Parts: sequence; C-alpha cells; structure tokens
Amino acid sequence: MTASIARPMVAFEGVTKHFGEGETAFTALDGVDMAVGRGAITGIIGRSGAGKSTLIRLVNGLEKASSGRVTVDGTEVGGLSDTGLRGLRREVGMIFQHFNLLSSRTAFDNIALPLEIAGLDRAAIAAKVGPLLDLVGLGDKAERYPSELSGGQKQRVGIARALATSPKLLLSDEATSALDPETTQSILALLKRINAELGLTVLLITHEMEVVKTIATDVAVIDRGRIVEQGRTFDIFTAPKHETTRSLLASTLGTSLPEWLRGGLKAEAAAGDRILVRLTFFGATAFQPLTARLVAEIGTDVNILAGAIEEIAGEPFGTLVVAYPAAPEVLARADRFYAETGLATEVLGYVA
Amino acid sequence: MSPEMLFNLLWTSLLQTLHMVAVSGLVGSLIGLPIGVFLATSARGELFPAPKLNQATGLVVNAARSTPFIILVVAIIPFTRLLAGTSIGTTAAIVPLTIATIPFFARLVEAAVRDVDKGLIEAARAMGATPMQIVFKVLLAEARPAILLAFTMTLVSLIGYSAMVGAVGGGGLGDLGIRYGYQRFMPDVMLAVVVVLIVLVQLVQSAGDALARRFDKRNRKS
Repeated sequence: MTASIARPMVAFEGVTKHFGEGETAFTALDGVDMAVGRGAITGIIGRSGAGKSTLIRLVNGLEKASSGRVTVDGTEVGGLSDTGLRGLRREVGMIFQHFNLLSSRTAFDNIALPLEIAGLDRAAIAAKVGPLLDLVGLGDKAERYPSELSGGQKQRVGIARALATSPKLLLSDEATSALDPETTQSILALLKRINAELGLTVLLITHEMEVVKTIATDVAVIDRGRIVEQGRTFDIFTAPKHETTRSLLASTLGTSLPEWLRGGLKAEAAAGDRILVRLTFFGATAFQPLTARLVAEIGTDVNILAGAIEEIAGEPFGTLVVAYPAAPEVLARADRFYAETGLATEVLGYVA
Repeated sequence: MSPEMLFNLLWTSLLQTLHMVAVSGLVGSLIGLPIGVFLATSARGELFPAPKLNQATGLVVNAARSTPFIILVVAIIPFTRLLAGTSIGTTAAIVPLTIATIPFFARLVEAAVRDVDKGLIEAARAMGATPMQIVFKVLLAEARPAILLAFTMTLVSLIGYSAMVGAVGGGGLGDLGIRYGYQRFMPDVMLAVVVVLIVLVQLVQSAGDALARRFDKRNRKS
C-alpha cells in the first residue's frame, strides 16, 4: 500500500513512539510504515492498547513521534513550529468518541468555536455555521445545548465543528464507539456522504470491524504497535493473512464455527469421518448459483453448517461451512468442482 | 438602648461589612483568578508548563492559607500602612481581607479549572487554538458555574473573616457584636447582629446559586 500511493495525504515512515523512561517505558508504536490515500476512507483497526489512538494523534501533532517521519500533504508534522502546527490543525478536522463539545455553548456556538479561534468575524462565522448545521441534519437544533441533544446528534455537531475550517483531512477517533448500532450506521452514512460530496480524506481508528466493513475503502490492522496487515478492505477481509486480522474478523463475518462443532474437530481423518470445508464466495463467484451445483457434483450427502452473506466496502462476500464424507472419490469430485469454478476453500478439519 | 440607636448601629456596621467584603472580595478574586488558572495549567505537560514556578506558587498559597487570619491581620500592619496610609479603620481592614482572599479563591479556581474535561482541551488543541484561547474560550467558559460558586463561597467566608478586623478598628457587624453584645453584655445587640449576618449570608448564597445555575448548561432538560 505504501508504495502504490503517489502523493499520499498522510504518510508514516518508520514511526516509533515511546512513553515514559527507564523501567516504566512503554513502546506504543514500533516502526509504523503506512500511507493514507487522497480522497479515500482509511480505517485503522486494532484492539484497545494496540497503539491506534497514539497513531492518529501523531497526524495533527497532539503527540510527537519519538523517531520516524509523519507527513500530512507533504508537510512533515514533527518539523513544524507551534504556529505552523496550529496552521496545520486548521486544515485537519478531528472528531472524538466522547464528542468533546463545550457544555456551555449551543450547537451553533460549538461549531463556531474553530472559526472564532481562526479569527473570523461574526458575519463570516454565521455564514459558515448555518450551512454546516444543514449538512449534518441539525438545521433546527442551532440553539440547543449539548445536554439537550442525543448521542448521535452530539456527534453530528462534532462533525460539523470538524468541518468548519474546511479541512482537507478528517481524523475520526472511535467516533461511533459510544453510539448504539442504529446511530452508528447513520453517523457512518454521514461520513461516507461527506467523503463523497466534499472529497474529504478520512482517517478513522476503531476497534469495530463493522465500521471498517461499512465505510473504509482501505484498512490497516495494528497490533502491539505494528501494522501487521494493510490493503484494500475487501482484499483484507476476504483473505486475511495475519492471526490478529482473522480473530478480529471472525466475530463480524459469521465465519466462526459454532461451539458444538469446534469441540469435535479433528486434524486427521479416520474411516467414515466427514470433512468440514469453508467456501468463500466473492467477485465472480458471488453471483453464481453454486450451492445447487455443489450438491449435484458432490452428491446429496452435503450439509450446510454455518454461513453468511455480507457486503464489504460495497462488494458482496459470502461464506459457507459445509460437511460431506471424507471418502477419496467424494474429495476428488469436490476438488475438481472447486478448481473449475474458482471457489476459494479452506479445510477446517474432520468430524466423526 | 433605644431601638432607633440599635438600628443606627446595625445600619452603620452593615455598611462597613458590605464595604469591606465587596472591595476585598472583588479585588482579591480578580488577583486570585489568574493565580488559580496558573496553578491549574502550569504543571508538567500542561498548557503553560512551568513546574518550578507552579510549585513555588503552590507553596506561597499554602503558607498564606495556613496563617490564621487574625495573625495575618496583625503581621502585615506595616504593609497595610504602606498601602492604605493607615493601619486602623475600615479601609485599612480591606488590605488583610484582600490578602486572605487571594489564595483562598485561587485554590477554588484551580479546582474548578481542573474539573474541566481534558477532552475539551484536546479538542481545542486539535482546532489550532493557542494556550490563551484555550484558557478564555474553553477553561474559563466551561468552569464559569463552578467559579461563580467559588466566588459565592469566598464572599461568605469574607463575611466571617470581617468579624475579626475589629482588632484593627475595622468596624462592621462582627465588631459590633463583640463590643456591644459581648463586652458590654447586651444580648439583644448580639442577637440582632447574628440575625442580620444570617440573612446576609443567605442572600449572598442564594444569589450566587441562582447565577451559577443560570450559566450551567450541563443538565438541561429538553
């Protein structure tokens, strides 16, 4: 990914970050190389403590890298003076998990804050804030205080505030983690719309695969301070290589086996055992009526144990866990069929 | 003592108390406010990192706060004379009252400012705010209800402190109570003084609470 992006919006090169000294020293980031494409929605996913919060804070200089380079639109963040950093921050919006709205200001005045900070006069501020309130669907809530708004509405104010200075990059720090699933979807839809309509680059961190799956075109998986896998979301989700990615994915994609099956799973086949195979449908195979053909080719003794059909970054993706007799002639027929159709398969094990 | 005399005594003393409390409360708080903000923002890694000065300021504030007020009044007489031209009377009493207010209010302001959600400071930094803009647009704005309550508490404490400045001829309600109620054994004067003080404290507290509530938008019902 790093090599394939010319003129990235954000680039990390050999970035490390240590906290503390001596005995209590802690390495939050350990040699991160990553690039964020212009106009893309890029997700960084990892468990809590993996280093993603630190990583996103390096972009607008809220944290400073211990070594390595972080560049935003070609400017090295670490080399900026305080004034330069404040200038950069006006071009980079940020939204937060807990919204971070001022309780003493109305929705309108919260959105106006970055503009006041930038030194705009009242008329210019009013001309910007009104359309932003409409953009996020809060045209009628201008005079409401945060305590009078729901979580989703607060995040909409947060988004409008982040957009006030017309940034070229939006950083999202677990923006939906404090919201219920339905509100999460509406906020993600808003971010997607803003990305499309304003051509704004979005870099988001999350621990929820669902978020990445819904809106991120690109994804990087972070684990213990290292990027362990990165690429197009669809590619990473359909063919995860790293163990962390797999375990993060298992819960989202319906690809984990039911408990009762996992218990009896064996690595070697004994006579009369059945083989468990995971079939993955995507790209061309997602649109073909393969299940009926599978039964016709292998025989009627096929049963379906688990499965799901998903949409990843706008593309269909399905998985099916099937079992059939592990007899040599059946296996041969099945392999012929997989080779012919191009189905991706994975043998999970054998059950009696 | 005739009721008319009692009333006149009470009235004069009330005005003296109000004069002392108002002036020392306002001046002391105006000086204490920036000191409180400094205490809350100057530790290591904060907005205006100056850990040494922060510790030194904290030390001075603690020293001033641990000095019993009546001792402070006597101890700073030369300073009072320098500032007020005299060391006795109501105007002179304002000097020690002000000195006592500064550290008291500063500590309360420090607590109020520290109570502001750190996430708001981070959000303001992410917007490109200068440390000064963060103080004025975020910290003081968000801490305003708590600072108003701190000011109210300061005024109430000052009403109590002002009873002690009779020692330097400061006058006021407390002094009236001591000289007439206690030393001349006139319980009716003492009772009247206490009633007026209770009403005064009650009024100040209610006004402060109402004002703080007006600016507190955290728990509004839609």
